[in-house]
Amino acid sequence: MAEHIEQHDFDSVTTNDDMKSNSYKSGQDALNFEANGKSFGLVEHAHPWRYEQDGLTVTRGSAWSGPGCHDGCGVLMYSDADGHLVKVEGDPENPYNQGRLCVRCIAVPEAITNPSRLRYPMKRERADRGKDKWQRISWDEAYDLIYQNFQRFKEESGAESVLFCQGTGRDIAQYITRLMYSFGSPHYVLNISGMSCYAPRVTACFATTGSFWLGDYSQEFADRYDNPEWHRPERIVVWGNNPLVSNSDGLYGHWVVDCMRLGSELIVVDPKCTWLASRARQFLQIRPGTDGALALGMINVIIAEDLWDHDFVDKWCYGFDELKEAVSAYTPEAVAEITWLEADEIVQAARDLAQAESAILQWGVAIDMTKETIPASQALLALFEITGNIEKPGAMIAPPTLLYYGGGWGGEWLPEGQDQKRCGYDKYPLVGQAFIMSQTDEMISQLETDQPYRLRGAWIETTNFLACTSPDPERELAAYNNLEFIACVDLFMTPTIMALGDVVLPALMYPERDGLRVGDGAQRGETINKAIETETEGRSDMQICLELGRRFNPEAWPWNDVQEMFDDILKPSGFDFKSMREVAPAYIPFEYHKHEKGMLRLDGKPGFNTPTGRLELWSSFLSNLGLNPLPEFFEPSPGPKSTPELFKDYPLILTTGARPWGYFHSEHRQFPHLRALHPEPVMEMNQHTADKYGVSDGEWAWVENDRGKCKRIVKVNQGVMDGVVSADHAWWHPEGSPDNLYDLWDLAVGNLLAFDPGKAGFGCTYKSTLCRVRPLEKEDN
Amino acid sequence: MSAKGLLIDYQWCTGCHSCEVACQMEHGLPPDQHGIVVNQVGPWQLPDGSWQFDNIPSPTRQCDLCAARTAKAELPTCVHHCQAKCMRYGDLEELAANLATSPHQVLFSL
Repeated sequence: MAEHIEQHDFDSVTTNDDMKSNSYKSGQDALNFEANGKSFGLVEHAHPWRYEQDGLTVTRGSAWSGPGCHDGCGVLMYSDADGHLVKVEGDPENPYNQGRLCVRCIAVPEAITNPSRLRYPMKRERADRGKDKWQRISWDEAYDLIYQNFQRFKEESGAESVLFCQGTGRDIAQYITRLMYSFGSPHYVLNISGMSCYAPRVTACFATTGSFWLGDYSQEFADRYDNPEWHRPERIVVWGNNPLVSNSDGLYGHWVVDCMRLGSELIVVDPKCTWLASRARQFLQIRPGTDGALALGMINVIIAEDLWDHDFVDKWCYGFDELKEAVSAYTPEAVAEITWLEADEIVQAARDLAQAESAILQWGVAIDMTKETIPASQALLALFEITGNIEKPGAMIAPPTLLYYGGGWGGEWLPEGQDQKRCGYDKYPLVGQAFIMSQTDEMISQLETDQPYRLRGAWIETTNFLACTSPDPERELAAYNNLEFIACVDLFMTPTIMALGDVVLPALMYPERDGLRVGDGAQRGETINKAIETETEGRSDMQICLELGRRFNPEAWPWNDVQEMFDDILKPSGFDFKSMREVAPAYIPFEYHKHEKGMLRLDGKPGFNTPTGRLELWSSFLSNLGLNPLPEFFEPSPGPKSTPELFKDYPLILTTGARPWGYFHSEHRQFPHLRALHPEPVMEMNQHTADKYGVSDGEWAWVENDRGKCKRIVKVNQGVMDGVVSADHAWWHPEGSPDNLYDLWDLAVGNLLAFDPGKAGFGCTYKSTLCRVRPLEKEDN
Repeated sequence: MSAKGLLIDYQWCTGCHSCEVACQMEHGLPPDQHGIVVNQVGPWQLPDGSWQFDNIPSPTRQCDLCAARTAKAELPTCVHHCQAKCMRYGDLEELAANLATSPHQVLFSL
C-alpha cells in the first residue's frame, strides 16, 4: 500500500520490488465489497480518490485512454493550484501495474499542453477535403451539421447508409456502438483488413470453446502473486508478440518478467530476437507466417510421443482422433522445411511444453495477421488444450465478466433485419453473424461499387486508419471519398481527418474527463477520473456520443449527463460511478476449474459452452458455417513458396508493425520526449541482408514491392532472421505539411500491402509479404 | 547520513526507458538531456547459440537521486517507475552487499 513507501526506513535498501509482496501485506485479511451478492476483492487505500499532498492535488484513477494504449494502468495525477497537470505517476496501490508506468503515461503532461491539439469544432467544404481550409464553428453548428446529414441519409437511404468506425479497443467502444445501434446502423467498422487485431483469436476461441482464454498471471486477484491459489506458470510460450511493449489482451507486459523472476521459463517464437527471446529457455526463430505449421508439428510430436494429457482430453475435449489425423503429415522434418527451423528444435519445444506443469500461450497480432488466421489460431489453441493447460493456476483461464456487452452496448436498439445489411454478412458469416461487425474488405468494395447498396456517410471516432491500419491507403482514401459526409472525433489533426473529414470534433484526454475502465482482457471495476479542467473547447467521447445520441434517438439516451449514464451501465455490478471511484479497483470473484463446476455453460452444467459441451478440437460451429472444423496450415501468400516468381523480384520477407517503446500505433509522435526515443520510422534487418542489398545502417532507404514503396531508416539488428525485413507501421509526420497529408505517402508501409483476407473473412498479410530494399537515390531526397 | 547509490540488476532490465523519461519529467530536462540513460548492448548471437542482449541504465551527473523526493520518503522516480523492478536505491554499503548475490548487477555511487 502507499504506506509501504511512505513508512519505508530509508536507511535500508529500498526498491519498488519485493516481488512476492509488492505493496500488499501478506496474511492481511482480504478486503471486499459486497454488491449484488458478489464479493469483490479490493485493496486498502491510504487516501480517498482525491487528496492534497505537498501543495498539489492528487487524483487517483485509471489511464484508459487516449492518448495511450488499451491497458488502463492505475495512475496518480498531480495538479497544481492553477489546475495544470504537473505530473503523472504509477499508483503503487493498484495491483495491475504496482506503481510502474510506461513512458507514454509518464509523458502525458506534454500531451495535455501540446500546441497541436484540436481545440474547437471545425468544418470544411467537401470540395476542400485534403486541404487545410478548416473553419472554426460552435458545437451546436457541428452537431446540427452531423444530425442533418446523417438524418437525411437515413430518411432517403436507410440508416445502413452510415458507417461507424472506431480504432483500437479503449473505453470509447461501447458509446460508439450505442450511437450506431440507436441510429439504426449495423456497421461497426474497424478499418483493418480481415479484422486482424484481436478479433480473429477471440472468434476462434469462442467458436471452438465458448470462451476467450487469457494467460493466468494472477491478474484476477487483488493480492496478485501472494494469492495462495495462484502458482506461477512453469512455461510461458511467447508466440509472435513482444508483450513488454505491446501489452495486448489486457496484459501488463512486464508481468512476464515478474513471472520469470519467480521461476517461469520461456519459449519464444519470433522472427526477431526480442529481449524476452534472449532470456528464453528456447528461442524458435521462425519464418513469418508459418506459426500454424509449427503448432501442428508440435501437436504431432506430442501425440507421437504420447505426451498429451489423457485424462483431460478424455473428459473435456472433442475430436481428438480427427485432430490426430489432421496433424499426421506435420512431422518435425516437414515442419522444419516450412518454418525454417531445425526438426530437433520443434521436437524439443513440443516436449518442453507438454512436460511443463502449467503453461501460458502468450499470443498476439502476429497470429491475427496470419492470412489464414482462424485455422492457425485453432492449431495454437489445440496445443494448449491437449496438454491440459486450461482453467488451472498458471495456465489459460476464462476471464470473469463484470459487465457483459458482447457485440457492443445498445444492441437491443438495432431494428430487426438491419443486422443482415452488414458488409460481408453472407460471404463471411463468421465476421458478420458471429463477430457482428462489418467486414472491412467487403466494406471497401461496397464503397467502390455501391453494391449491394450505396453508403453515404461515416462517423470516424479516434481512429487514424489511413496512417495506421490501412493496407492500401490510396485505395481506401478513394473509397472513403465516395461518401457524401464524414464526421470525425479526435485528439489531434491526423492524416485521416485532413484527407476525409467534413466536420471534426475535439475530444478530451483521460486526465480531463470521467469514464469507466471495465473491459478488455480480464475485467475489473475501475473508473477514469477527471483530474483537471481542459483548456480546450473539447468534450469527452462519452459526452459527444450522449449529446448526439440524444438528438438521433432520445429514448435510447435518457440520461441528463455522463455520470448518470455510467451509473446505469454499472447497475448490474451493484456499484454506481461514485462508489466504484472510491474503492476501485474492484476484483470480480474468481475460481479455477470453472468447467468442472458448471460455471462456463449457460445451462449451469459442467463442461464448456459449446454444442458438445467440450473443447472442440473438431469444431461444430465452424463446420456449420462451411469452414474446416480442424486446424490447418496454409502457406503465407505472397511468399517464397506460394509465389516463387514474385519472390525472384522481391527476395525478402516483409513483416510490419513491431511495436516501439513510446508509441501506440499512430499516436504520440507529437510529444518531444517520446519522439526522441524513436525519431523516425525504421526497418530492421541483419547486417548480411543489409550488405547484400547495398543499404547502410542509419541511412534512408526504400522498401518496395509490386504494390508500392515507402521510406525507412535502415537499422541493422543482428537479431532479425536473415532475409527478413521488419518495418515500422503507423508513421506520419505531425510536423509536416497538411498538403501532402503529413508525408503519409512516403511513410505508409500500407503502400506495400493489400486488402486480402483469409477464407473466413479474418486475417491479412501485414505480418508476412514480400519486398526488396534499395538506397534512396539523389533525386529521392 | 551515509552515501547513497543505485543498484541495477541488468539481468532484468528490459530497456523500456521508463527511468529515462520519468527522470526527464521529474527534473524538467529537455529530450536531449538525461539524468539516467539506458545503453543497449546487442542483440548478437554467441558461438554457443545463446544471445548477448543487455540493457544497462547509467545515471549521469544530472542525477541527484531525486533528493526532493527522497526527502519526502518517496522513491527516486526511476526506481518507482522501473517496469522490470530491477533498480534499488539505498545505502551504498548495503547495496554493495547485494552485489554478491547474483551476476549482472552494477552499483552506482552518486
